[in-house]
Amino acid sequence: MIIAVASGKGGTGKTLVATSLALSLSGEHKVAFLDCDVEEPNGHVFLKPVLTGRETVTIPVPEVAEERCNYCGKCAQVCAYNAIAVLGNSVLTFPQLCHGCGACSYLCPEGAISEKPRGTGVVEWGEATGVAFVHGILNVGEAMAPPVIRKVKEHGGDSEVAIRDIPPGTSCPVVEAIKGSDFCLLVTEPTPFGLSDLALAVDTVRELGIPCGVVLNRAGLGDAKTKEYCRKEKIPILLTIPLDTEIARLYARGTALVDGMPRWRDRFGELFKRIKELVDERGGSTQR
Amino acid sequence: MKEVVVLSGKGGTGKTSIVGSLAALAERKVLSDCDVDAADLHLLLSPSLKQETEFWSGKLAHIERDKCTECGLCQDLCRFDAIRDYTVEPTACEGCGFCFQVCPADAVTMRENLSGHWFVSETRYGPLVHARLGIAQENSGKLVARVRKEARHLAETQGLDYIISDGPPGIGCPVISSLSGANLAILVTEPTLSGIHDLKRVLGVCHHFGIPAVVCINKCDLNEENRRQIEEYCLSEGVAVASRIPFDNVVTEALTHGVPVVEYSQGRVTQEIEKLWHGVSGMPEHDGKG
Repeated sequence: MIIAVASGKGGTGKTLVATSLALSLSGEHKVAFLDCDVEEPNGHVFLKPVLTGRETVTIPVPEVAEERCNYCGKCAQVCAYNAIAVLGNSVLTFPQLCHGCGACSYLCPEGAISEKPRGTGVVEWGEATGVAFVHGILNVGEAMAPPVIRKVKEHGGDSEVAIRDIPPGTSCPVVEAIKGSDFCLLVTEPTPFGLSDLALAVDTVRELGIPCGVVLNRAGLGDAKTKEYCRKEKIPILLTIPLDTEIARLYARGTALVDGMPRWRDRFGELFKRIKELVDERGGSTQR
Repeated sequence: MKEVVVLSGKGGTGKTSIVGSLAALAERKVLSDCDVDAADLHLLLSPSLKQETEFWSGKLAHIERDKCTECGLCQDLCRFDAIRDYTVEPTACEGCGFCFQVCPADAVTMRENLSGHWFVSETRYGPLVHARLGIAQENSGKLVARVRKEARHLAETQGLDYIISDGPPGIGCPVISSLSGANLAILVTEPTLSGIHDLKRVLGVCHHFGIPAVVCINKCDLNEENRRQIEEYCLSEGVAVASRIPFDNVVTEALTHGVPVVEYSQGRVTQEIEKLWHGVSGMPEHDGKG
C-alpha cells in the first residue's frame, strides 16, 4: 500500500507525520519512506538514515553533430520548449529548458541529433531503524522537480507499506509525487491559510481519484472552520495533534515525534489501521 | 523601482504573514502573490477584484479515437507515460507534441490549455496582483512570470517605488521564476534543523542567480542553539540577519482576524517586522542583473 502525505500549505507537519508513521509501522511491516519533496527534502533530518546507494538523475538533452546538420530547422520547429534554435548556419541548444522528450533527435531528417544525459539531481537510499529510506535531491538552480520525483518513486516496490512525503503546493511536482498512491493523508492546521490550501489539496487529490483523510496538526490554534469544512466535504479527520511546545521543540531538534514521545506510536498505528480500512472499503490496493 | 521577493525554501515559516505586514508598512508599492498554486496573501489583504484574466499556457495532446489506428507509436515514444490505451492522461502530458508530430494517422491534436487565472485587485494597501493555477496544472513558473510582469507594469505606470512579492516554497521552477531579476530576496527561516537545511538551499539559488539576500529568523526563540547556528551560517556567507521575530501566538490571532500582525499588535513581533522593512528599504539599489 502506498500512502502519500501531502498538505497544500507548507510547514503544516507533513514530514513530522510521514516520518512518525513510517517509524511506528516498521516493527510489524516492511516499510519504505520515500521523500518526494526533492526541492527541500527533510525526511533524513528525522530518520537519520545510513545511506548505501546513490544514483544521478539525468534528462536526455540534444547534442547536434554539426557536420551532419543542414540547418533545416526541423528540430527548432518541433521543440515545444524553445530548447533548440537554428540561426543561419548554427544550432543553439538550451539544455536548461529541455524536458527530454526526444522529439528533436527522433525527427531530425539528417540523423544529426543524439542525446546526452544532463544531471539535474540525485537519488540516495539506505536504511533508518528498520525503514527503507529513499530521497531525491534536486540540484540547486534546477527548475524541474518531476524527473527526480519519478526516480524516487521507482524505489520501495518490495515494501508492504510505502510512505511518500509530498512537496507543498498543488502543481506538477505534487501531482507527480501523489500519482499512483492508494491513499493521501492531508496534513493541515486550523488557520485560514491552512484551510484555504487544504481545500486546494482536496481538489487536487479528487482530480486524481485518490481517497483522502485529514491530520489536524496544531489543534487549538486558530478557529473551528477547518473541522466544519471537513464535515461538509465528508473528509474524515483521522488524527489530531495538539499545539504543544514540546512537540515543536522535538521538531526543531530533528527528533521524530514517536522517538521523543513514544506514546504517539500507538496513535500512528491506529491511524494506519483507519487508512487501511478506508482503502479496503474502496476495493483494495491499486497498481502504481 | 525596487522588487523585493520573500522566499523561505521550507514552507510555513511565515512568508505570507510577513508580506502582509510589509504591505501595511511600505509606502508606494504594488503587492504580488507569486505562490500561484497555494495563494494566501489575499486572505490578509481583503482585496476587491478589479480584473480577472484567463491564463492560457502550453498545450495538451488529445487523440481523436475515430482517426486513431491503434498503431501504438505515440505510446512507445512518449517519455512521460502520458498515453495509455490510446488515450492521453492530461495530468501526465507535458505538452511536448512528440505524439502529434509522429502520428501516421494525424489523430493527435494539440489543444490550448487553460492553466489558470490571474487577477488585479485593489486593497487598502495598494494594488495586488495574484493568480490561481488550475487544479493539477503545469506551468506555474509561467504564471508567476505573468503575475510579475503585471506587477511591474502597474508599478511603472503608477510611478510606485516597490514591488513586494510573496514567493512560493521550495527551490524549483516557480521559485526561480519569482526570483530571477529581482533586486532583493528576503529569506524567512526558523531555528529548526529543517529550516536551516532549506535556508541553505534557497540561499544557494539566490547565489546561483546573483540576487542579493537578507535573512529573517522567525520564531527565533524556538531553539537557541539552532538560532546561533543560523547566525553563524549567515555571517560566514556574508548575508545580513535583518530581523529576529520571536514566537508569539499573536501572529495566528491576527491571521484569524484577517489582518496583518503589525496592525493587530504593537508587541515585539511588530517591532521586528518594522526593523526588517526599515533595513530593507534603506539598502542601496541593486540593478537586479547580478
